[in-house]
Amino acid sequence: MALILSEEEKMLKSSAKEFLAERAPVEALRRLRDSQDNYGYDRSLWREMAEMGWTALTIDEAYGGLGFGYVGLGQIMEECGRTLAASPMVSTALLGTTVISLGGSEAQKQSLLPEIMEGNMITALAFEEKNSHRPFDVSTTAEKSGEGYRISGKKVFVLDGHVADKLIVSAIADGELSLFIVDAKASGISIERKFMMDSRNAATVSLEGVEVKADDRVGGKDVLEKSLDIARICLSAEMVGSMQEAFDRTIAYLKERQQFGVPIGSFQALQHRAAHMFSEIELCKAMTLKCLQAIDKEDKHLAAKASMLKAKVGEVLKLVSNEGVQMFGGIGVTDDEEIGFFMKRARVAQQTFGDYNYHLDRFASINGF
Amino acid sequence: MNPTIAGDLTAFRAETHAWLDENCPQSQRAPVKNGFEDIFAGGRNPHFHNEDQKVWFERMRDKGWTAPTWPKAYGGGGLSPQENKVLEEEMAKLGCRKPLWSFGLMMLGPALLHYGSEEQKQKYIREIVNGEIWWSQGYSEPGSGSDLASLKTSAVDMGDHYVVNGQKVWTSYADKSDMIFCLVRTDQEAPKHSGISFLLIDMRWEGVSTRPIKLISGKSPFCETFFDNVKVPKENIVGEVNQGWSIAKNLLTHERTSIGSLFSNIFPIHEFAKEKVGLESGKLADPVLRTEVARLMIDSLGLKYAIEQTIDEAKAGQQPGAKSSYFKYTGSELNKTRNELMVALAGYEGLHWGEDIKEGKIARDMCRTKGNSIEGGTSEIQLNVIAKRVLGLPTFKG
Ligand SMILES: Cc1cc2nc3c(=O)[nH]c(=O)nc-3n(C[C@H](O)[C@H](O)[C@H](O)COP(=O)(O)OP(=O)(O)OC[C@H]3O[C@@H](n4cnc5c(N)ncnc54)[C@H](O)[C@@H]3O)c2cc1C
Ligand SMILES: Cc1cc2nc3c(=O)[nH]c(=O)nc-3n(C[C@H](O)[C@H](O)[C@H](O)COP(=O)(O)OP(=O)(O)OC[C@H]3O[C@@H](n4cnc5c(N)ncnc54)[C@H](O)[C@@H]3O)c2cc1C
Repeated sequence: MALILSEEEKMLKSSAKEFLAERAPVEALRRLRDSQDNYGYDRSLWREMAEMGWTALTIDEAYGGLGFGYVGLGQIMEECGRTLAASPMVSTALLGTTVISLGGSEAQKQSLLPEIMEGNMITALAFEEKNSHRPFDVSTTAEKSGEGYRISGKKVFVLDGHVADKLIVSAIADGELSLFIVDAKASGISIERKFMMDSRNAATVSLEGVEVKADDRVGGKDVLEKSLDIARICLSAEMVGSMQEAFDRTIAYLKERQQFGVPIGSFQALQHRAAHMFSEIELCKAMTLKCLQAIDKEDKHLAAKASMLKAKVGEVLKLVSNEGVQMFGGIGVTDDEEIGFFMKRARVAQQTFGDYNYHLDRFASINGF
Repeated sequence: MNPTIAGDLTAFRAETHAWLDENCPQSQRAPVKNGFEDIFAGGRNPHFHNEDQKVWFERMRDKGWTAPTWPKAYGGGGLSPQENKVLEEEMAKLGCRKPLWSFGLMMLGPALLHYGSEEQKQKYIREIVNGEIWWSQGYSEPGSGSDLASLKTSAVDMGDHYVVNGQKVWTSYADKSDMIFCLVRTDQEAPKHSGISFLLIDMRWEGVSTRPIKLISGKSPFCETFFDNVKVPKENIVGEVNQGWSIAKNLLTHERTSIGSLFSNIFPIHEFAKEKVGLESGKLADPVLRTEVARLMIDSLGLKYAIEQTIDEAKAGQQPGAKSSYFKYTGSELNKTRNELMVALAGYEGLHWGEDIKEGKIARDMCRTKGNSIEGGTSEIQLNVIAKRVLGLPTFKG
């Protein structure tokens, strides 16, 4: 597979770019933040995204989806990263559809996927319990109870947890890690919204004897791991969009801002750092496309690729977002200037699904050292 | 012109595979180990390291596959880019090494195909393909490195010939090579970029002499080359007089791309690490080195994919532009890191400085890689190029 986009993928990307620039610029995120919006995202915007097919891209045609693949979803994610668009793309269009497609029964797919596609249902994957990414360190239990199970435990950093209709909860059932689809309104669930540094949604979810049926199960450890790898790659695509945008804004500023009677971009001290960033970003772009293609090709080495990518992209986005703030000088640390929004989003995205320490370690282990 | 360009390459692939399998001796199906200690570089006094190498070279030469994509009219293979990719893939599958490595193939040839006269192409391209002439490169001078266009070696027009005087430095293998392609000043008055010409000089000619340069790695193919009233026929100028700078730039692009891609090879450094440092509970015994190894592998993969992407984009008709500069920069910095890491992983063993190549190899290689971010334009110069030509940042006027 050539490492370039097809014409269709390019068109999808450019239409997303246009739409987001108009409907979800950084300014929109600022408004959601300042108004402490109850949802934390624009619900009519989400419906429009769904209408454009963004929620259907990776869903199989058999369930009414577009079957377009993850390279396509990656392009949308990248454009979302450029404008820092707040929406349930990650929680729902990415994680929800992936977990259900990989682990769902026929009945679950038939009932849930169309709801997601229509933009009627928000899902949230509730799987973290520790203070940093440890997906397989699970204390939540699902005890046998009659025909079904009773789930008890506490989950943290549940993306879009407080707006979700369905939670996908990891718990130990019959001695092994399992995922269950749970109605967010079910009794025994309490959800506490947390405001994040990047102004997006995450929540702490407590479950106390929450009743589920046996056929609410939606796979186990394998499904969780593969879904996370796919999510790591697509989130990296979003992060690449953010780094490219932060970088473009910084370069524009270097050309425009005058000090000592010349544009600051003519100082070699800044030029070399900019050129270094350019080189690192180019690597990230090629790696991202390679990994997106790997998902669609069902590459056997997906785990190693996902960790390779998430580690690298996390590091480069940190570099680029920090340098952006620094090169904007004093103005860069003001809330009025948007460059700081990229730095804040970078920190959250970098820890989501594992930071670079986690992934360097995982990459080494997968490679046997 | 070529029926397979858009069509089916399956037959070509099968034929190529069968031919390679039949004609490539077993010993030539292994990666090159010790650089010039191991490869065939051609020349008037060719030196083959063994009989298999000779056989392999001659068979490939006869098919024009030392330069597979160059025109058949000049002895090349005349393959389309698609066919060449198939050839490369099939060679890679069998592990066949390149039959010939030379500056002629990598640098001079592409420039001659672009700028050379018909006579020059007929003569020199054919010789390069056939491995008959060993070329060296004469760009740098003691006073002109990064600021190459400030070069002083002069070629004075004497009517039917030029007289060349001056000194070049860093001329690799100049003591072994047959000819040298040089940048010389043909107009002393013009602005520095517009008075330079591209000249081909035979090392046997009267007034040419060389002196070796020893490197910190101990061994070195490098020389200084001196020109003392050397008479050079006018037909040895490539392109227009005083237009040599554009050829030089074109050629540097090839040099940077090939240096960059040289470093994108994926050396299994984790295997080396396991062997030297050992595992504890399945993890490399030293956690800091473990992280560095993982990071280096990830960066190497990144460069590999970036190069793959550029090749695919070029096939789709998108020009690579100044990418050569970032490949050169990233690749050479990465190679330095890799070799530093190997010294660290190898512990005391990595400090040996033996006479025989094997023993001192790790230490010597590390020393040699210090030149990677200098040769072909320093890392700083690559960053300048990216800042100005790719990012469009303004030039400093202090
Ligand atoms: C938190 C904070 C507190 C402050 N407190 C005070 C205060 O109490 N009183 C006061 O008067 N000011 C104060 N300042 C202002 C501060 O001194 C300026 O922000 C600072 O001098 C940088 O100027 P600038 O913001 O205009 O950035 P610019 O000068 O526009 O610089 C932009 C970028 O270009 C770089 N740059 C500029 N010139 C060069 C060069 N020649 N070579 C290489 N790089 C260059 C800078 O390093 C920076 O990265 C404060 C600023 C901040 C952020
Ligand atoms: C191993 C090796 C092989 C070589 N092979 C060949 C060959 O085959 N043929 C050939 O012609 N030449 C060859 N060279 C020469 C090489 O191209 C030059 O060494 C190189 O261009 C740097 O020039 P210089 O050594 O004069 O360093 P200088 O130009 O003196 O540079 C010294 C330092 O200053 C920095 N510097 C210079 N200008 C700037 C600037 N504008 N901005 C920021 N920093 C700057 C440089 O980056 C460097 O760190 C080789 C060199 C080496 C080391």
